[in-house]
Amino acid sequence: MIDYLDNFWSVYSNLVLTLGTNALLALSIYLTLSCGMLAMANAAFMGIGAYTSAILTMNCGWPFPAAIAAGMAMPALVAFIIGKPTLRLSGVYLAMATLAFGEVVRLLIIRAESLTGGALGLNGIPQLTQWWHVLLAVVLVLFVLARLRRSKIGRAFEAIKEDETAAGLMGIDVNGHKMLAFALGAAIAGLAGTLDAHLTFFIGPQEFGFDRGVEILTMTILGGINSLFGPVLGSLIVTLLPELLSSLKDYRAVANGLILVLIVLFLPKGLWNPDWMRRLPGLRKKGVAP
Amino acid sequence: MLEQQLFNALSLGCVYALFALGFTLVFGVLGVVNLSQGAIFMLGAYAALTAIVRLHMPLWAAIAFAFAFSGLVGMLIDRIVLKPLRRRDAPHLIPMIATIGLGLAINSLVQGAFGAENQRFPSEVLPQDSLVIAGISVTVLELGIILVSFVLMTVLLITMKKTQLGRALRAIAESPKAARLLGINVDGLFMLTSFVAAGLGGVSGVLIGLYSNALFPLMGQPMLHKGIAVIILGGMGDIRGAMLAGLFLGFAEVLSVAYIGSDMRDAVAFGLLFLVLLVRPKGLFGSVQERKV
Amino acid sequence: MSELLELTNVSRHFGGLKVLQDVSFTVRPGTISGLIGPNGAGKTTVFNLITGLLAPTTGDITLAGASLLGRKPHAITRSGIARTFQNIRIFKEMTLLENVIVGMHRHLDYGVPGLMFALPKYRAAEKRARDRARELLSWMKLDHMADDLADNLSYGAQRRLEIARALATEPRLLLLDEPVAGMNSTEKTALMREIVNIQCRGYTIFMIEHDMRFVMGLCEEISVLNFGKIIAHGGPEQIRNDPQVIEAYLGREDDEVSVTPGAGE
Repeated sequence: MIDYLDNFWSVYSNLVLTLGTNALLALSIYLTLSCGMLAMANAAFMGIGAYTSAILTMNCGWPFPAAIAAGMAMPALVAFIIGKPTLRLSGVYLAMATLAFGEVVRLLIIRAESLTGGALGLNGIPQLTQWWHVLLAVVLVLFVLARLRRSKIGRAFEAIKEDETAAGLMGIDVNGHKMLAFALGAAIAGLAGTLDAHLTFFIGPQEFGFDRGVEILTMTILGGINSLFGPVLGSLIVTLLPELLSSLKDYRAVANGLILVLIVLFLPKGLWNPDWMRRLPGLRKKGVAP
Repeated sequence: MLEQQLFNALSLGCVYALFALGFTLVFGVLGVVNLSQGAIFMLGAYAALTAIVRLHMPLWAAIAFAFAFSGLVGMLIDRIVLKPLRRRDAPHLIPMIATIGLGLAINSLVQGAFGAENQRFPSEVLPQDSLVIAGISVTVLELGIILVSFVLMTVLLITMKKTQLGRALRAIAESPKAARLLGINVDGLFMLTSFVAAGLGGVSGVLIGLYSNALFPLMGQPMLHKGIAVIILGGMGDIRGAMLAGLFLGFAEVLSVAYIGSDMRDAVAFGLLFLVLLVRPKGLFGSVQERKV
Repeated sequence: MSELLELTNVSRHFGGLKVLQDVSFTVRPGTISGLIGPNGAGKTTVFNLITGLLAPTTGDITLAGASLLGRKPHAITRSGIARTFQNIRIFKEMTLLENVIVGMHRHLDYGVPGLMFALPKYRAAEKRARDRARELLSWMKLDHMADDLADNLSYGAQRRLEIARALATEPRLLLLDEPVAGMNSTEKTALMREIVNIQCRGYTIFMIEHDMRFVMGLCEEISVLNFGKIIAHGGPEQIRNDPQVIEAYLGREDDEVSVTPGAGE
C-alpha cells in the first residue's frame, strides 16, 4: 500500500500540487468577481509573484518564507498602483484595461532580460515547494475568504456587485472595497505564482499571458462564483481534463475557450450553483451557500 | 526623416482606426465588447493568404475575400453566441466573457492548422514600387493601405450619417427596444453590423499583414489590446472618436519607436491609456461610461 | 438646532439646460415633509444633489449646519442621510435580512482580526446587527420573510424592504423617493401608518411623491417644484389652495393618480 502511494506520488506529485496552485488562482479571480469586477490581470500578477520570488531565492539567497512574502507583496503593490486609475472604470472597461495590462507586464518581463532572462525565461529555480506549503496555502486562503464572506466586508462586496450606487448610499466605501478585492486577489495570485515557480524550477513569460488568464477565468466560471467551492471544483476539472483525455492535451487552449463559451451559454451560474442545490432536501432557502 | 515617419504613422494609424471602428460598431449597436475581434483580425489575414496561395487570387480580390470570410465568421458568432445571450438579457460582462473564450478557441485552432511560425504573403503579390510625393519616398503599399482604409471609413461614416440604414442603426444604439417598436428589423441589423464589423477587422488584419509582412496565429492579440486602448481613449460607441484615437495611436507608436526603441511599441498604447486615465478619467473625448440600457 | 437640512439657492445646470434654479427650503427635525411637483420638475435631481450623486452648479446644501458639498455619497450617508429609490434598488440576490444588515455597514465596528478569528467583538456586533435587522423588518411587517430572497417579494414589499434597509443606516434624515408608486390603496394606507410610526420613533422624513392624498395626509410641510423652481411652500391646506400650485397641476390636485413605477424624472 505504502509502495503504491509512493509510486503514485512520484508520478503525480506535480499534478496534485498544480491542482493546488490552480485552485489558488481560481480563488483569486473569484475574489474580484465577488465584488463585481472582472479583472483579467491575475495571470500577470501570478507572473510578478513568480519572478519576484524566484529572483530573490536564486540571486539573493533569500529564505523561502521571505520570498513567499515578497511574492505576495509585490503583486499587491502593483495592483494598488494600477488600481488607482483603473478601478474607477466600470465593468467592461475595467476588464479590458486589466486585460491590456497583463500584456504589458509580459512585455516588460521580456524586456528586463538581465533580471528575468527575457523571452527564454528563468531556469534553475530552487525546488523549495513542499506539498505541505501548497496544502497550507490553499487551506489558509480558503479560511480567509470564508471569514471575509461572513463579515461586513463580504456583504459589502456582494452589495457592490449587485448595485454599486445603492451600496455607496448604504455607507459602503465602494472604491476602498474594490481596491481591497483587487489587491488581495493579486496577492493570492502572486502566492500561486511563487509556489508554482519553486515547483517547476522554470518559468517563462509565455506562461503568464492571455492563455493563462483565460484558463483561470474558465476555471472560476465553470465552477460557479456563488460559493468558495465552485472555483476549487472548476480548477480541478480544468486541470485534470487534459490528463484524463490525453487527446485534449494539444488542444488544451481550444478546449478552455470552448468550455467558457458553453458554460456562459448553457450553465451561466457554473456547476456549483444554488439553483439545483436548493432542490436538495433539507437545504434552507438561502443564507450563505456552502 | 520626420516626414517619412509621419507617413508611416499615417498608414499605421489608418489600420488601427479601421480595427477600432469594427470594435466600436459592435459596442455601439450591439452593446457588446467583442473580444474575439482580435482573432477575427487574424482570420482575415490568413484568409487572404490562403486566397492568394491556394486559390491564386490577385491581391485586391483576396482583400475582398478576407472581408467576406471574416464577416461571415462575425455573423455566425452573433447568431450562435450573442443572440441567445441577448434574449436572456445577460449583464454586459457575460457576452464579453463568451467572446474571450471564442477568441482563444479560434487562435488555437488556427495555430493547430497553420503552425505557430511566421508566414508571409508571397513577395510577387506585394506591390514593390515606391513613388516620390513632395520629396517623401512613399511605397505603393502604404498608399494602398491608406486608400483602402480611407474608402472604408468614408463609406461607413456616410452610411451612418446620411442613409436610412444609418439612422436605423443609430436608433438601435439608443435603445433596441424602442427601435423594435418602430418596426426596425433589429435582429437582422445586428447580424449585418456583426458582419461589417468583423469584415473591417479582417481587412485590417490583411493590411497589417502586408505592412509588417508577418502573419502568425497570435497576431490578433497585440492588436486587440491596442484596440481596447483606442476604444477607451476615443470613447466607446463613438465612431469619430475611435477613428481619431486610432490615428493618434498610430502616430504615438511610430514616434516612440523612432525615439525610444522598438521593443516596447506594443506597450505604448497601454502606457498612453494609463496616463490619460490618470489625468482624465473619462477618456480623451470625455465619453467613458456604460451604455444606458 | 432649528433646521436639519437646508438648501440655499441651489441650482443645477446640465449644459444649457437649467434643471433646478435657485431652490431653497429647509426640513425641520422630527417632521415629515414633502416635495411635490409635476413630472419633470426636477424632484429626483434634488435628491441626487442631497445624497452627493450630483453636485450643484451653485448654492449650498447643509445638514445640521455642515455643508455636504464635495463629499462622496458614502460619506454623506455616514453623516446621517439615507434614501430609497424611485426604481427600487434592493439587492435581489440577497435575503431580506442580509439586505437590511448591509445598511448597518458603518455601525459594525470590528476590524480584520475580529472577523478572522470570530472574536467576541465581532460576534456581538453581528448578533446585534441580526437582531436589529429583524426589528426593522418587523416595523415594515416583513419579519416573517426575513430569510427569503429579496427577488421573491411583491412590488409593494420590495418598497417596504428598501425603507427598512435605509433605516438600518441610522439616518438623521430619511429620504423617500416615491414610496407608494405602484401600490394599491390598502398598501398605501398601511404604509402611511408605518411612516407615522417611524416618525414617532424620532426620525425625520422627507419624501418625493405624486400621490396627493398620501402627501397631504402625512406631510406637515410641503414644497412645490415646477420647472426647476420652488413655487409654493407651506402646510397641506395652504398648498391645496395655492393658485399657482393648482395651475401647475391643472386640476390634478385631487387625483389619486399614482404614476406608474419608473416614470417621472
